[in-house]
Amino acid sequence: MTAQTTLQTQAATTAPPQPIERVSIVVSRGSLDGVYPGLILANGARMEGIEATLFFTFFGLDAILKKRQDHLKVATVGNPALHMPTLLGALPGISALATAKMKKEMEKLDIPPVGEFLTMIHDAGCGIYACRATVDMFHLKPADFIDEMDAVISVGQFYEKAAGGQILFT
Amino acid sequence: MATIEVLGKTLELDADGHLARLTDWNEEVAQHLAAQEGIPELTEQHWAVLRYMRSVFEKEGDAPSIRRLTKESGVDTKTLYQLFPKGPAKRAAKIAGLPKPKGCI
Repeated sequence: MTAQTTLQTQAATTAPPQPIERVSIVVSRGSLDGVYPGLILANGARMEGIEATLFFTFFGLDAILKKRQDHLKVATVGNPALHMPTLLGALPGISALATAKMKKEMEKLDIPPVGEFLTMIHDAGCGIYACRATVDMFHLKPADFIDEMDAVISVGQFYEKAAGGQILFT
Repeated sequence: MATIEVLGKTLELDADGHLARLTDWNEEVAQHLAAQEGIPELTEQHWAVLRYMRSVFEKEGDAPSIRRLTKESGVDTKTLYQLFPKGPAKRAAKIAGLPKPKGCI
């Protein structure tokens, strides 16, 4: 290593880390536990004065569909962290039960239901976008979406909006 | 420990730069802290938020969540972000002379 690169390395390690100024959060899953982390990250960013954008794609789009957003469920099959036998998880009503319990615990922590949370996040100045490819694939119409959805955008437009910030995929 | 000077008094700050003692806070101190945060004048709506946050903190030991704040203080989410544009959670708590809020919401 030359003297110059050593100096550069030292400068890089001693400079204080730059605070995060913008985040773009991708929500790709449609289960309750798949959607909330992205919403909490977006809301938390705005609370800290960080610019935030939410981009919903694939089944994550359910969170911004009027008829679906307040009926998201916890997956009880294929979810080993629930510590529940797979066959039990598959029984009718088990997913609804786990969902009701989780919603109750969230309410205790003052975490709002998905619809109310998205209104709050949008009012806080976070952009809410839907993925063009998914909208076309599922044949969705503008009327299917909540009023807070700002626009249906392509992946290219997503990157334009994310310029200069961090991208989080959830 | 870091300190600030307000009207000739030296006030101690905690590790986050918030006032270390609740009792050091008064309206002049709040005006001074607001100016530091880029808010030149505290309006009646700012005061409503600050007083509500302090009343919750005194009872419960933590600042309220934004959801509760907007439901109970009479200031809605959009207004709250206009009042404290650089992020209501930390900024409002700082101006209210409270520690950084612990909650995630």
